[in-house]
Amino acid sequence: MLPIRCAKSLPSVKLTLPIGLRSFFRALPSRTLSTAQSTRDGRPFRLAVIGSGPAGFYTAYRAMSRIQNSKVDMYEALPVPYGLVRFGVAPDHPEVKNCQEKFEEVASSPNFTFIGNVSIGTKSDHPDGGTIPLASILRHYHAVVFSYGAAKDRSLGIPRENSKGVYSARQFVGWYNGLPEHADLAPDLTQGEEAVIIGQGNVALDVARMLLEDVDVLRKSDIAEHAIETLSKSKVKRVHIVGRRGPMQAAFTIKEIRELMRLPSVAFHPIDTTLVPEDIRSLPRAPRRLMDILLKGSPTPPSRSQKSWSLDFLLSPAAFLPSPTDPSRLAATQFTRTTLSSPFDPNAYTLPTNETHTIPSALAFRSIGYQSIPLPEFAPLGIPFNDRHGVISNDGRGRVQHEERSADASMHMGRFPGLYCAGWVKRGPTGVIASTMEDAFSTADAIAEDWGDERVAFLNDAWRDVGGWDGVKGEESGIGGVRVVDWEGWRRIDAAERERGARVGKEREKFTRTGDMLAVLG
Amino acid sequence: MSNSKMFAQLLPSLRLVPKRSASPIARHVRCYAKPSVAPLPASPARLVQSPMRRSPWSTSLQTRTFSASAAVSHGHVDPPTPGEELYVTFIDKEGAEHKLAVSKGDNLLDIAQAHDLEMEGACGGSCACSTCHVIVLDQEYYDKMPEPDDDENDMLDLAFGLQETSRLGCQIVMTPELDGLRVKLPAMTRNLQSSDFK
Repeated sequence: MLPIRCAKSLPSVKLTLPIGLRSFFRALPSRTLSTAQSTRDGRPFRLAVIGSGPAGFYTAYRAMSRIQNSKVDMYEALPVPYGLVRFGVAPDHPEVKNCQEKFEEVASSPNFTFIGNVSIGTKSDHPDGGTIPLASILRHYHAVVFSYGAAKDRSLGIPRENSKGVYSARQFVGWYNGLPEHADLAPDLTQGEEAVIIGQGNVALDVARMLLEDVDVLRKSDIAEHAIETLSKSKVKRVHIVGRRGPMQAAFTIKEIRELMRLPSVAFHPIDTTLVPEDIRSLPRAPRRLMDILLKGSPTPPSRSQKSWSLDFLLSPAAFLPSPTDPSRLAATQFTRTTLSSPFDPNAYTLPTNETHTIPSALAFRSIGYQSIPLPEFAPLGIPFNDRHGVISNDGRGRVQHEERSADASMHMGRFPGLYCAGWVKRGPTGVIASTMEDAFSTADAIAEDWGDERVAFLNDAWRDVGGWDGVKGEESGIGGVRVVDWEGWRRIDAAERERGARVGKEREKFTRTGDMLAVLG
Repeated sequence: MSNSKMFAQLLPSLRLVPKRSASPIARHVRCYAKPSVAPLPASPARLVQSPMRRSPWSTSLQTRTFSASAAVSHGHVDPPTPGEELYVTFIDKEGAEHKLAVSKGDNLLDIAQAHDLEMEGACGGSCACSTCHVIVLDQEYYDKMPEPDDDENDMLDLAFGLQETSRLGCQIVMTPELDGLRVKLPAMTRNLQSSDFK
């Protein structure tokens, strides 16, 4: 049974409405002076945010600044916050992590509660974590924002994808960033000099940079210690970043390309210039600058450097080829050559050819995108998930919606009262933090608009307080004995990590085991 | 599952509730009329001479204080020395003008945050995102600024609504030459449409 009990809440709505209306008018003068949306007479608005990455924090931030008397409880499956800011952003991009300052500011509000080490709906993936059913959350809030991101990655579906030596970029990124889930990945970087990265997005470029950058530069970052050990033994000297299409269609952005070009004594193999328009000056600004840097290449030529990389275009992965001596191990990656429907059109599609191309590679990373998955309770609760796009079905502003049948039997999109989504689970796994911020803001603005419009239904009874975390805690035995990490707890873990880092000249040395994180709290 | 529909049908009387006003009027004490003739307004006393920092979690009418609150590391600017004020005008997303007296050496991101204008600086002013994107309104002023470097241009390439005179606010440092500068905050990115998911 769906716990969105609108029918149950109706009698009280009818009773309180006139009073609510009177106070609505009373409250008007102050509201016109305010930038806040109308607030159902300043009644406490209880919002649960599922996931503490940038989408969750930016939604919380905006909702708290737009809705008076809003109380936000943020649930996080790990004992530590920040999602991909901590576990996705490359360790040599500390400036990108500065958004954490804003998140700390949000968390310092008395109206904000962090509930760490508690997974919602999905059984916690670490033994020390607790789990609360989504149904329980739905009973104690006016609204819920799903901002739990994209926890899986897409697979290629080609032969021998499980060979030794084939890794998912997501796992590799999680591993070097100290994500507990992948702390034991132990990638073997010693089997050969050539590595293939399948995919040409910025994650692919991050992986390439980790493989090519001077380990002593990385050592000063907050990269996990086990990654430094492994990278310092790496034999990789040549990295192929392979894409199905050409430079005009590639997903990477210029900053990441420029960083690779600037790596000291690392060379770039010139690109196939037939894939770049002859007169790049006529291109729009962004592709023009990108083509320019690709054509200029690196200061060091490949002949005079130890390490090098290339962008290999028009190759579609076909198979991973086994090593003759150990068939379980990768020896090479086979591709089918493709052609483009129109080489310079950013939206060009590929057509396969009969030609194959093989790159010797004892090491391959698939980096073709992250993927969001539905919470297990979505199906029984009737919350729609678009499997094709890997997003929660929504109206584009984050209002969860589903198809329903009208009285005249026609189908239309109906809303789920009080359910919203933000970030990658809303729009798919693309974009930088700035895109997620704007996306989160649009969701929060939709929530504020809805709360301000007294006709819009929410979860439970919008006219009374519903308890939030206290209510959840009171009825949930599933978290008995689990150490719930509040913001103060995170600050202690944070301080312990910084202290560990200071001892070895790093900003922080992350704990890579949830048990070690929790041990800080005694 | 049509609880929402049921809910709506059972509440016909609620449809009469007056829609809230979304008008940006009276938004702020620091909205000034466009100073189209005089470069400086006649009565500088009306201008905000120092950053208006408020308690971060006040429930007062200015809810946007949040954006420029607690963290001391960003949005910090010193009030200008009397007689040495430089003026910069921000035109916000709603079209309201905010003319501010500022000090030499302040950058536009810090200024905007110190005055509670809606400008994020996700990377803390380190030229690693495009959230402090501004559009310089007068070519003449744009030309007076040192040219954007590669890193800034790389970020601008990702900015929504890029214009010929786009810059990152964190990279524009006020100098006497830029006195009277006017910049516009770009509107937010387009909202995703539900058709994007079909």
